[in-house]
Order: sequence, then C-alpha cells, then structure tokens
Amino acid sequence: MLIRRPPDLSTRDITDESLYLNRRAWLAAAGMVVSALPTSRLWAKTLSLGAPQDDKPTSYKDLTTYNNFYEFGTSKEQPAQNAGTLKTSPWTISVEGEVKKPAKYDFADLLKGLPTVGRTYRHRCVEGWSMVIPWNGIQLKDLVAKLEPTSNAKFIEFTTLMDEKQMPGQRSGVLPWPYVEGLRLDEAMHPLALIATGIYDKPLLNQNGAPLRLVTPWKYGFKGGKSIVRIRFLRTQPATTWNIQAPDEYGFYANVNPAVDHPRWSQARERRIGSLLKQATLPFNGYADQVASLYTGMDLRKNF
Amino acid sequence: MARPLAIVGGAVPGVLLVERFLRDDLGANPAEKLEHFTGTVALVTLLVCLTITPLRRLTHLNPLIRLRKPIGLWAFAYACMHFSCYLVFDQSLDLHEILHDIVKRPYITVGFSAFLILLSLALTSSTWSITKLGGRRWRGLHALIYLAGGLGVAHYLWSVKRDATVPDALGMILFVLLGLRFWRRPNVAQRQTNLSGS
Ligand code: HEM
Repeated sequence: MLIRRPPDLSTRDITDESLYLNRRAWLAAAGMVVSALPTSRLWAKTLSLGAPQDDKPTSYKDLTTYNNFYEFGTSKEQPAQNAGTLKTSPWTISVEGEVKKPAKYDFADLLKGLPTVGRTYRHRCVEGWSMVIPWNGIQLKDLVAKLEPTSNAKFIEFTTLMDEKQMPGQRSGVLPWPYVEGLRLDEAMHPLALIATGIYDKPLLNQNGAPLRLVTPWKYGFKGGKSIVRIRFLRTQPATTWNIQAPDEYGFYANVNPAVDHPRWSQARERRIGSLLKQATLPFNGYADQVASLYTGMDLRKNF
Repeated sequence: MARPLAIVGGAVPGVLLVERFLRDDLGANPAEKLEHFTGTVALVTLLVCLTITPLRRLTHLNPLIRLRKPIGLWAFAYACMHFSCYLVFDQSLDLHEILHDIVKRPYITVGFSAFLILLSLALTSSTWSITKLGGRRWRGLHALIYLAGGLGVAHYLWSVKRDATVPDALGMILFVLLGLRFWRRPNVAQRQTNLSGS
C-alpha cells in the first residue's frame, strides 16, 4: 500500500520562536519532574508494584499514622490526630474472674519480672491491608502464668478503657463500648501471643493502643484489644465487640483465612502498606506451622 | 460563563489528587485513598448534577440547564477513574478475578450497574443522540441517573465496615432531590389545568 507523503511544509507549519521557547520550558519542567521521581518513595512503590512484598518492617510513620482505633474516630488518620487526650500514666489494670487472687495492678507492677521480647510480626487487617510490625512486649503466656488462673478458666477477656473524655470516639454509637476482645485460654498460652508495650523499641504511642495491647499475629487485627484496663478469666466464651456487632461478618476466632471470605469482600489478597497492588494472603497469616494445631478437628468455615 | 467554569472546574479535584499523589501526600495507603476519593467525587458530582433542575426551577435561571451535561460527564469521568483504581490496584487487571468479583459481590455488582448506567448516559449525551432517540425516549433513559445515584449510595453503604455517616447523608440528599422532582410535578399539572380552565 502506498503511504501518501505529506505536502511540503508551509510557513504556517513552522513553529514560531516564542512557542518553541515555551515548549523548551515545558520540556525542562517535565524533565525536572521525571528526575525528581526516583528520589521519592512513590518511585520505589511503582517499581515494586506487582512483586509480593518481602516482610520488611513497615515504616514507623505509617505504623503510627494509619490506624483503626474507633475510640478516636473511624478514619485511619483520626487516631493519630485525636489520641493525645488519652492519659496512660498512671494506668491500672483490673484482673478478675477465675483467678487465685483478683487484684488491681499498676501497669509497671503487672509486667514486673516478666521477660521482655522483641517480635516482628505480620499484621493483617480484616479490611484487606497488612503491615509488618516490630513489636516489643511480653509473651501473654508469661503474664497468664503470673496471674494464676484457676482450673475453671477456659477463656481470657480483654477490655479497653471506657472514658468519653479521653476517648472522644466513644461519644458516637458506632460500636457498643467498651471494646471487648478475648481468646481461648490455649490460644492465649501460645508462644506467639503477645502483650505489646512498644514498637521499634519505643513505648507504644496512644494511637497504637498504649500502654498495653494484645497481639495475635495469626488473627485479624481487630482481635488485638488496645489500651487494656481489665483482664478477666472466664469459664465461657466472652461476647466480643465486632462479633456482637455483626456475628455473620466477624467471628470469635477471626483466624486469618484466605479461603473464607468476609460476606462482603474477598480475604484472598491483601495490600501490604507501602505497596499499591495486592498480594496473596496466607492461611493463619503465614503462621500455620505454629498455630494450626490449636484448631485440629474444627471446621474453620463455621468457626471463622 | 458558568459552563466553561463547570467544564474546567470538574478537573480540580482530580488535579489536586494527582498532585498529592506525586508528592506522596496520600498517607500510608495511597491506592485506597485514590479509590475512595474518586468514588466519593463521582457520587457527589452526580448529586450536584441532580440539583441543577430543582435549582433552575427555584431561580428561573434557565441557562443553568447547560451545566447539566458537563457536570454529568465529570461524574462519569470520576467513575471511570474509580473503576480504573479498582481494576489496577485491587485486581492487578486480572480479568478472571474481576468478572468473578462483579458477579459474586453484591456491592461490586451494584457499583458496576451504576457505572453501566453512567456509561450509557455519557454515550447518549450528545445533541445528536437526543434527536436520534427522540426527546421522550431520551428523557426516559436519562431519568436513570436517579437509579445510578441510588445504586451509588447502596454501593457506598455496603462497602463501609461500620461508620455510615457519609453514605447516609448522601442518601438523604438523593432522597430529597428525588422528592423535589416529584413534588413539582402536580404543580405543573395543576397550572396546566388552571390554564385550560380559565
Ligand atoms: C465500575 C464498578 C465499580 C467498582 C468495581 C467499584 C469498586 C469499589 C471499591 C472496591 C470500593 C472500596 C471499598 C472499600 O475499600 O471498602 C468502592 C468504594 C466506593 N465507590 Fe465504587 N465501584 C464501582 C462504581 C462506582 C460508582 C459508579 C460510584 C459512584 C456513583 C462509586 C462510588 C463509590 C463510593 C462513594 C465509594 C466509597 C468511598 C469511601 O469509602 O470513601 N463506585 N468502590
């Protein structure tokens, strides 16, 4: 086929000088933008678009500015903005229920004598995003041993502070307050279960659940009760907040499970904070080897 | 004057968003921000588009009607950006997953239906389409914008975990706008009977 050649250029087609200079300025500006890109975090993100993320710890900034803590507001940014009203010292924790000696402990006394540990865990939110968090704290099993539950104790319950003045989000009715979470006692005794008191070797910030919070890395993040003021040992399974709120959407166990979708959205994949795309979610958030035996014989679809 | 303003003005939220993205100022989860922001702007723009007719009746400023098309097209444009965010960031363009999601997840089905309506309205937004379809049919088709708004609100409500303040508010606004539409009808009819009676 013949490609028609354009007619000779007319004078009109020759770019006049002012436009030409203008265009040069544009090109220079574009060049500046492009050369600025490699220095930004964005560029790194774009390059890592599809690759499954290695478990590099999430930046301290992201860990402390992107939080779900409805006691300070329902957006991700609000906890960091509003949590300044929380006073974490003095802090008293009431230990109740099936224990040898129910008592109130000062925060420091409660942890006294328990070995501190540093643990970098994946953290998977039920909403479909995840982080990698270098926690500091104590193993929950050490705390349980110190508190000496009776042989009747089968469950442990954690209650978050209830105080509208310190936690302005509690003025809204989005959830029934106070926030309550819980575990089966054998789950609580698992070596992965942590009471966290710090991140990146710094004391927990208020928006992360200061001064102490629960961390169970094989479960969705909402299991990790924050700013705990009461620990109760129980004979029967406690009623937990999200489970009360929407029993068909949030189970008591809430083990991370890519095969069991949330009724409204998929749990097969997750977006690692720091990345634009999503990657596969692992059974028990990648801790199946350690924790799957806790649930042998259980139907994980029913007990989601 | 107002029309060029609407044509250019519609780009402002998008330009600001891209500018913040390039400055890496969208927080820890920029993909989510882009998706939520474009979805919200699409829905709000759609509602703004629906205020034009009541506003015109109220103010008797007939040229206002010329804003409807650019604003409606911007609503569609933001819905396209929103859908693109979903296709790229949520689904990595995995066609199989996307189809599965659209069929299986009610809130996605509903959002997609709203998108299809906006698409068909955008495709028939030209004067040529009006003459081709005939005014009556065209108006009938474009009344579907209310349905798109309803589906958009349902989609939003369905997607939030707990705090439904914003989608509730947008739903109320849509309800009022729809009410205004019907509330005015008998008046028009009445005026006509009055006229014929006199
Ligand atoms: C094309 C089909 C569509 C798909 C696949 C889709 C997908 C999504 C997804 C995945 C989310 C995020 C949900 C979450 O993060 O929990 C979302 C949110 C949203 N979408 Fe859509 N959507 C579609 C169409 C639309 C349309 C047409 C509108 C507006 C008329 C719309 C308005 C919204 C709004 C307002 C939100 C909530 C934003 C927020 O939470 O701040 N979507 N959509």
